[in-house]
Amino acid sequence: MNRTVYMDHSATTAVRAEAVEAMLPWFGEEYGNASSVHGFGRRAHEALERARATIASRLGARPAEIVFTSGGTESDNLAIQGIAAAAGKGHIVTSAIEHPAVLTTCSVLEKRGFDVTRLPVDDTGLVRPADLEQALRPDTILVSIMAANSEVGTIQPVAELAALADAAGVPFHTDAVQAVGKIPVDVDEWGVDLLSLSAHKFYGPKGVGALYVRAGTRLRALQHGGHHEQKRRAGTENVPGAVGMATALDLICAEMPAEATRLRHLRDRLQQGLLDNVDHSSLNGHPTQRLPHLLNLTCENAEGESILLSLDACGIAVSTGSACSSGSLEPSHVLLAMGIPAEMAHGSVRFSLGRANTAEDVEYVIQKLPPIVERLRSMSPLTITS
Amino acid sequence: MYTDKVMEHFTNPRNLGDVDNPDGIGQVGNPTCGDIMRISIKVEDGRIADVKFRTLGCAAAIATSSITTEMAVGRTLDEALHLTRAQVAAELGGLPPSKMHCSNLAAAGLHAAIKDYVEKNGLNLDLSGMETEEDAHGNGEAPEG
Repeated sequence: MNRTVYMDHSATTAVRAEAVEAMLPWFGEEYGNASSVHGFGRRAHEALERARATIASRLGARPAEIVFTSGGTESDNLAIQGIAAAAGKGHIVTSAIEHPAVLTTCSVLEKRGFDVTRLPVDDTGLVRPADLEQALRPDTILVSIMAANSEVGTIQPVAELAALADAAGVPFHTDAVQAVGKIPVDVDEWGVDLLSLSAHKFYGPKGVGALYVRAGTRLRALQHGGHHEQKRRAGTENVPGAVGMATALDLICAEMPAEATRLRHLRDRLQQGLLDNVDHSSLNGHPTQRLPHLLNLTCENAEGESILLSLDACGIAVSTGSACSSGSLEPSHVLLAMGIPAEMAHGSVRFSLGRANTAEDVEYVIQKLPPIVERLRSMSPLTITS
Repeated sequence: MYTDKVMEHFTNPRNLGDVDNPDGIGQVGNPTCGDIMRISIKVEDGRIADVKFRTLGCAAAIATSSITTEMAVGRTLDEALHLTRAQVAAELGGLPPSKMHCSNLAAAGLHAAIKDYVEKNGLNLDLSGMETEEDAHGNGEAPEG
């Protein structure tokens, strides 16, 4: 009688059938190395370049500005370390709520002598443009601020932030791993110089992503070897991955207006149903400026991992910002940066909806979560006083 | 990541609640670290006659609390004082490394309850060898990963 409800699409997604189908020939009969001169190689090269052109066109970019990588983490590393290596020294501005691929990279650069400013966010998770304006210095070499946050879904005013960097002559990188396929992304409308994306977040395969690099941006390669990817990323190209990524991106962008509306309706119903039925629960993130598929809630006096495992026992897959999920002793750095107290952050649960979810799934979760929270509270030594 | 025994105790915790008219109460942990446990005990003839727990925390915190109560009941106070986190974790078939400390405080909670009983009754019991909550936190591996 248990359903299986996957509501962890911000962690990863199923590869869609069209992407699998598009990839298959490039594993089997068409196995050429895209750098080879013979027919096998030429066909692989053409497939790779078609994929590049598709991705570029969906981002409003030119094909030569797309560098294939192994995923979001590599794209973030290439953007930040690549700019830092080209500049040699200087100051980097980022935000306190970035993905670890950005934050840890900045911390490593800090140890190597770069200065790093981590902008705070408000209680909805928004970076204040005035803070960025103040942080910019004559020696600033890069601003890196995510397009949308993976944990709470807050969407940053990227165009406004990028314009401030541009006015100061500083390149702007955005980690758009969570945004691509969920909201319209256009590198010129946003005015960004570098943009990271990852295929497995939008129903493409794992192990492939891309970095958009605006023409003229000074970026040094991190990985050395052959002349692949215009010498920006050495290594034999992942042709099936690139083809799968392009297919998935093309489809998700075509479907986006309708699918985003559908997911927003489901998400809003889930949000209302849970806030109405779980006492002392509250929304984390921006009430409106938020990814349409994402809901992050705190259930006071209940711990996130215990909620997660209890939901898992009902066939429902979610994630949490409690310390227990992070492998560290600290709860989510995102929630803490938003000023949410640690004890509230420990009780956070993230629901991220996707293509497979239905209205029945939403009702099932609304039915299952309240008694789980009730049970955990009945076990707690604390009582809620408010 | 968890053993079946941890999941079993998480799903069906033993001795949940509060002992009526407890002889000693120990509360350890704090909301900031995410795990809080309260252990209450009843003592008869120098032995733990009854023990119950309440825990706010992750599955490891709940399971270690539950099994600690099972391990403590019937023990002399001195025996109970020498129950360690390592024994609790071993009884559960092991815990993930990140759960060995802050989420594994139930033994310290039990010790705090015994200490409370000893102090309330002006008894003379050597408390020097027991593990405390501070030991648990202090021995934590660096969380930086």
